[in-house]
Amino acid sequence: MNIHEYQAKELFRQFGVMVQTGGVARTAEEAGARYDEIAAAFGPGVEVVIKAQIHAGGRGKGGGIKFARTREECVAAARKLIGMTLVTPQTGAQGRLVRSVLVVNAVTSQRELYFAVLLDRVLSRPVVIASTEGGVDIEGVAAKTPEKILKEVVDPALGMMPYQARKLCHALGLTGDLASAGAKLMLNVYRLFWESDCSLVEINPLVVTTGPDGKPCVLAMDAKVNFDDNALYRHKEIAAMRDTNEEDPREVEASKDDLNYIGLDGNIGCMVNGAGLAMATMDIIKHYGGSPANFLDVGGGASAEQVTAAFKLLCSDKNVKALLVNIFGGIMKCDVLAAGIVGAAKAVHIPVPLVVRLEGTNVEQGRKMLKDSGLPIITANGMADAAEKVVRAAKGNGVVE
Amino acid sequence: MSILVDKNTRVIFQGITGSAGKFHATHCHKYAGNVVGGVTPGRAGEVDLDGVKMPVFDTCAEAVKQAGANATCIFVPAAFAADAILEAADAGIALIVCITEGIPVADMVKVKRVLADRPGTRLIGPNCPGIITPGQCKIGIMPGYIHEPGRVGVISRSGTLTYEAVWQLTTRGVGQSTCIGIGGDPVNGTSHLDAVKLFNDDPGTDSIVLIGEIGGSAEEEAAAWIGKHCKKPVVAYIAGMTAPPGRRMGHAGAVISGGKGTAAAKIKALRAAGIAVAETPAVIGETLVSLLKSRQRARPRKASAPRAKRGKKPAQKKPAKRR
Repeated sequence: MNIHEYQAKELFRQFGVMVQTGGVARTAEEAGARYDEIAAAFGPGVEVVIKAQIHAGGRGKGGGIKFARTREECVAAARKLIGMTLVTPQTGAQGRLVRSVLVVNAVTSQRELYFAVLLDRVLSRPVVIASTEGGVDIEGVAAKTPEKILKEVVDPALGMMPYQARKLCHALGLTGDLASAGAKLMLNVYRLFWESDCSLVEINPLVVTTGPDGKPCVLAMDAKVNFDDNALYRHKEIAAMRDTNEEDPREVEASKDDLNYIGLDGNIGCMVNGAGLAMATMDIIKHYGGSPANFLDVGGGASAEQVTAAFKLLCSDKNVKALLVNIFGGIMKCDVLAAGIVGAAKAVHIPVPLVVRLEGTNVEQGRKMLKDSGLPIITANGMADAAEKVVRAAKGNGVVE
Repeated sequence: MSILVDKNTRVIFQGITGSAGKFHATHCHKYAGNVVGGVTPGRAGEVDLDGVKMPVFDTCAEAVKQAGANATCIFVPAAFAADAILEAADAGIALIVCITEGIPVADMVKVKRVLADRPGTRLIGPNCPGIITPGQCKIGIMPGYIHEPGRVGVISRSGTLTYEAVWQLTTRGVGQSTCIGIGGDPVNGTSHLDAVKLFNDDPGTDSIVLIGEIGGSAEEEAAAWIGKHCKKPVVAYIAGMTAPPGRRMGHAGAVISGGKGTAAAKIKALRAAGIAVAETPAVIGETLVSLLKSRQRARPRKASAPRAKRGKKPAQKKPAKRR
């Protein structure tokens, strides 16, 4: 699960990680109020940054970050950003609707560093990553100058140790008070990562700047925090931060029915039992010249209710020109599955060709039930046959009734 | 022969009194009769598995002591599954198969940290269909009937995609020594490489089918080792060529992250190691059968040499007729 920058910075505040002063605004008027709060802390005429809040990076490149030196300028900037469709290298061409902005005091960075905590899948341990190359694309740094990526592996029995934080700060060229401030920040970020069951906490850039007290300090100028979906059950306050506006509406709908669905942009809708088989089904459709409209795993159960909900969901996608159901019934018998498919197909008007491939226990009975249903179901024998048939059906059907 | 499970395996089911645990314990026992009991804390007594009475114990330690359990199958909800794994390990159970999906990654990180100090304990999963040695022992949710005893080792992160591959083999008369589902989570107990090594050393396995998917680098690590050390032919299939980056495709471990873990990169690494990669999921069985046939026809080659090409040997030249 992802959250907005302003929510991540709120968490940073709770965990003692220094961030700029300010807050979220959902209207231009609220942005004006944020300006007033910041001016109260820093004096009138303070420069602020107004940052579009979307779950995607590259906002600066798309014009999603503006500066203002007065309340009026701040309100005007917010008015421009809120309601705009922001296109960045990460949003895709359709962009994302901006519903809120974060208003904070502008800071001049003396140095821009990089800091992150994530899981190392090879070691099965959390790792802490730091680099002097902040404010740029870290993958590019890793590719061109891997020696500039510093890494500390954390022993889960201990958590991140202070000596590890000091080691990284020293390697980043931080000295004196800055080194101890940096180490404290790193340990607090790790604590946030571990205690909140995060999958990623990324600060890019982590800046060295002069604090409001005139002393040098380190603060998180940006904040990206992702959470392990499997752990949300034990973090109700974090689960409440979910913003379904940032998700594909088809996927939001699917999650209500407990369907594992990911929308793509093709025209062949798929329903499969099992994530690996579902990916393989998308792949074989592409192999035979088609384009999958989605990933959909109905799970091992594939009950009649789920199949019905799945058909409704797939048929609601206007791009879909043909449907493919690929079920390998193991413990679930094919005649039971077929009954579910027939029932669902009768309950939901399916306006496009439907190809069904069943395999598993009682497969012959299942196939017979599909044939005898009176519905225009195209049965397939094996995945290759199913893919070929559905690709042909999608090409042939130019009209949706 | 086989790896890890056979007719001598004595398995308990943790969570046997829950509906899923009871259902699958019943089917596993019907398959080859290896189930010896179950564990549900506070519910010690007895459970009826479709006419067969099984003891239920409060603890894994009791199950080991009273029923001689040497393996366990975990059907405990995600919030409590890591604890169940560690209880089984603490009780000295050598093989732990965790079916549960949805365990927090941090819990599995802690489990692996503990198991690193227990080399005698093997964990399979979590979020996996289980392990089966056809005809001898089934621990998990896979349909028994699609399997056939034989000499191909199957390793997979998936459930139904594995059944697809296994069925393709069985219907071609090619049986399996053991099929091991390592599961779809990013942190798991047994990797592709761990299983490949076991199959490489198993005298009852002649070839290996390796099924992978996007996310992580386990397939690449296995490929690197296979290229240098594996004595047996390997066929692979990788799901997710069409998966979009950054999205979790069902399995918690199926994510292309920061450009890493793509199907294309895995396929490249596998081919570089001389492993035949099936073009589509429909030809996994066919790819193995062709490979085995061509190896029978060709001269024996070292594991590190490129795989034998398909095709016939040149026809023998007949001596010219004398006129």
